[in-house]
Amino acid sequence: MAAGNARTLGKLVVATVAMFGFGFALVPFYYKICEVTGINAGAEQSLAKNTQVDASRWVTLEFDANTNAALPWRFTPMQRSLKVHPGQLVQVEYEITNTSDHEIVGQAVPSYGPARAAAFFRKIECFCFTPQTLAAGESRRMPVMFVLDPAMDRDVHTVTLSYTFFDAGAEGASPKGRGRG
Amino acid sequence: MSDAAHAHEAHGHHAQPTGIMRWLTTTNHKDIGTLYLFFSLIMLFAAGSMALMIRAELFQPGMQLTHPDFFNQLTTMHGLIMIFGVIMPAFSGFANWQVPLMLGAPDMAFPRMNNWAFWILPVAGILLMVSFLLPGGAVAGGWTMYPPLFIQGGISYDLTILAVHIMGLSSIMGSINIITTILNMRAPGLTLMKMPLFCWTWLITAYLLIATMPVLAGAVTMLLTDRNFGTHFFNAAGGGDPVMFQHIFWFFAHPEVYILILPAFGIVSQIIPTFARKPLFGYASMVYATASIAILSFIVWAHHMFTVGMPVAGQLFFMFSTMLIAVPTGVKVFNWVATMWRGSLTFETPMLFAIAFVCLFTIGGFSGLVLAIAPVDIQLHDTYYVVAHFHYVLVSGALFSIFAGIYYWLPKWTGHMYDETLGKWHFWLSVIGMNIVFFPMHFLGLAGMPRRIPDYALQFTEFNQIATVGAFIFGFSQLIFLAVVLKAIRGGARASARVWEGAEGLEWTVPSPAPYHTFEVAPVLK
Repeated sequence: MAAGNARTLGKLVVATVAMFGFGFALVPFYYKICEVTGINAGAEQSLAKNTQVDASRWVTLEFDANTNAALPWRFTPMQRSLKVHPGQLVQVEYEITNTSDHEIVGQAVPSYGPARAAAFFRKIECFCFTPQTLAAGESRRMPVMFVLDPAMDRDVHTVTLSYTFFDAGAEGASPKGRGRG
Repeated sequence: MSDAAHAHEAHGHHAQPTGIMRWLTTTNHKDIGTLYLFFSLIMLFAAGSMALMIRAELFQPGMQLTHPDFFNQLTTMHGLIMIFGVIMPAFSGFANWQVPLMLGAPDMAFPRMNNWAFWILPVAGILLMVSFLLPGGAVAGGWTMYPPLFIQGGISYDLTILAVHIMGLSSIMGSINIITTILNMRAPGLTLMKMPLFCWTWLITAYLLIATMPVLAGAVTMLLTDRNFGTHFFNAAGGGDPVMFQHIFWFFAHPEVYILILPAFGIVSQIIPTFARKPLFGYASMVYATASIAILSFIVWAHHMFTVGMPVAGQLFFMFSTMLIAVPTGVKVFNWVATMWRGSLTFETPMLFAIAFVCLFTIGGFSGLVLAIAPVDIQLHDTYYVVAHFHYVLVSGALFSIFAGIYYWLPKWTGHMYDETLGKWHFWLSVIGMNIVFFPMHFLGLAGMPRRIPDYALQFTEFNQIATVGAFIFGFSQLIFLAVVLKAIRGGARASARVWEGAEGLEWTVPSPAPYHTFEVAPVLK
């Protein structure tokens, strides 16, 4: 019996040592599994995920562009409408062309429909922040970057962003829009 | 044990040291079983006092009695000590006393290793308790030892890691002893499938310990080297991954929860047939159910980590594999009920605790199934619903089975019947108190109260006050248990060899109290 006991002891000690090693073997095994399945990949993790996005609803954005009758410019949005989630970072582009034969400084003024959406329209970058100078016949594409605040009322399903360009040199042109720029 | 018996035994053997040296040097399985059980009892009162401090703080919202950091130390140490210092040593104590008696073996296979396995345990216990007095206090990062908190703490974190190493070594040595004894030292004719179910559950538990304790030792070694030797296993700043610790830890710790409950299944499977006066219903299915639970326990660990981040396929796998465990567990509960069906039942204290075990453990099992559902778990993770779940499994499961086993075998160990009236008082106060503490926690968890926080929102006050009242009833009724045990050791009605009318098995063929040396000649099985 003593010999049998010693043999069993030997096997169990080997099993114990092997399982201690297995604990450490789990380390490369873990990284291999993550690599093969693509979980925990560094590139994906480095993309800071915006947790503020309200993915539960869509808002349709409509883009409108006008010029004051006294300003000889052509002003068009590169897209007419877009569906976005509130909280999502959006970038759109507009194009302006000076159709006159001289240099003109213009300034865009935004307005929003419905008006109560204005307070939730957070612009990060906009051509309306500064006066725009266009040489005769020059054409330019300009971006607007913004986020719709997720706190916006849930019953607002469509927001229209409308810009009107005024001649900044002319009297009555406003340097700043009402949308806090 | 009478002195005359002592003197008689001393003739044929080496001279017995007396006093403290008898206990320090003993290689006798009965002595070592007794030591394990007393160690467990002392630790039960230590960790139980911490639980009462926690409940006292939670009697009202806001901070009353403790500093938040001390509160965290209490929850952490309560968990660590209850698991490693109370439940596991108590089951080892049962195994040491009962496995040789049940198998007709003269002692455990490796008596000297058995002595070591016990005597390193108090060292670990002292390391844990002393850490309360060190600068920064005891560990406060939760019993799960998650980094980064566990990498950042003070000296007591190193002591705790060392204590976990020692406790792991102790249970591995104990397991090697138990497996070898069961495989090699059964009485002639006692085949594996004729063994008492307690031996079967402990055999499987011991294999689980051999397979998982070294993994825990590896995980805490990595914590130790991260803390002191500049490795970066879990330190994200050095390219490590703290989530990996959780995977390695739960690979150990989910089998660990079955280590804490399988011997309980074994004890209850001995007691219910005795007091139903019927053989255990479905013996073979009990053995296979125990083995299936043990095997399945290795593929469910990540259900503890649903909120950590996992692909949907992974969540589904771990959710369904977890639910699969309900099948063998259900087989067991069915068999216990079927054993009682049309039995000649009597309700002595061991049977009362065993019946409470079957009912209340099943509640804990069902709340476990609720938590296994990944989308529900994401809501309930780290709330009091989880606290309620695992206390139903560990208090009314593991601890109640320990009480049942003590009352059942105490007459065999001491030779005296315990005080049945006090035993019934202990049972009813425990079972009522236990439900008052933990049942309201289900509601608190569903309402969103987070665990491990010393303060809470006002709307949780009433249920917390109910739980605290229950905790003090439950806690102080354990003093009755202490009184019953001490009383039975000192004296009482003489117990017969068989003790219980319906008791079956080799341990009931030796006189009560069991002589210091038993089965030196292997018994012959009919």
